[in-house]
Amino acid sequence: MHVQFANIVVFCVVGALFVILNVSVVSRILRPTVRDPEKYETYECGEPAIGSAWIRFDMRFYTIALVFVIFAVEVAFMYPWALVFKQLSAVGPFVFIEMVVFLLILAVGFIYAWAKGDLEWVRSIASQRGGPEGRSGSNPGNQTDSSERKNAA
Amino acid sequence: MSFYEGLLFYLLAATAVLPGVMILFSRDIVHAAFWLLASLAGVAGLYLYLGADFLGFTQVMIYIGGIMILIIFGLMVTHKQKISLSQLAQKRLLVPAVITGGIILTALLYVINKTTWKPTASEEMEPTSADIGYLLMSDYLLPFEIASIVLLVGLVGGVYIARRKEREA
Repeated sequence: MHVQFANIVVFCVVGALFVILNVSVVSRILRPTVRDPEKYETYECGEPAIGSAWIRFDMRFYTIALVFVIFAVEVAFMYPWALVFKQLSAVGPFVFIEMVVFLLILAVGFIYAWAKGDLEWVRSIASQRGGPEGRSGSNPGNQTDSSERKNAA
Repeated sequence: MSFYEGLLFYLLAATAVLPGVMILFSRDIVHAAFWLLASLAGVAGLYLYLGADFLGFTQVMIYIGGIMILIIFGLMVTHKQKISLSQLAQKRLLVPAVITGGIILTALLYVINKTTWKPTASEEMEPTSADIGYLLMSDYLLPFEIASIVLLVGLVGGVYIARRKEREA
């Protein structure tokens, strides 16, 4: 009855077992145990982490996620279309045109977001802050204010 | 229903329900979000179990892959520091919580009672994606194109609201 998706179940079970066995059993046997405070740092070989990770992230992440979800839904619509494309395209080009229309309508939204500058990553730092301090912030993903950092540290 | 089918069903149902219970008991809103992820995966498994492959894969792609990212990003952009749920759960919220929960419980019990539970598992269930594709390209072509307009409205509106919030911040 469920033969079509039995391989998915097998994949899930094998994948879960692979991770669980490797992380909790095999690595425990193989690895040497060295207790060192450095080992518990967030980045053992990198920058020392300052402050908490519980900062308020920038709104731009949300915009990107929003655009991503819309296009994920679009791809979900393409999936059944792709399954029947070969048979239906023998009849005529309509099945292709229909999907092109679908994509073009969504492309309008993408162009809108792009043209309005919602997808630009560096833009807001210059426009929001403007000061020399703002321009020196080379990492746009890290939006912690310097005062906030001091408080957290 | 053979033994293995029953076993699979109860495993999937447990994957859907137990993380749902854990959402209620987790003290951290981010932990609750990740338990929701597990619960949605269980529901996707149940869809596949019932032979609804399009629904199952859509659940994985859109709910687990998309909506969960939105929820977690939403938490990231709204919270300034760690907020424990026990702080948020105050006594004055008890009455509205009980009323809301009671309404939802009544609605669910009503639906469960109304539904005639006919076993349909004896039928052979084929994957549905190709049939959905044929229908989308023939009978439901207009709804298909309207769906893209709905998505367009959602995209433009969401981006616009996000941009306004960003200016205010």
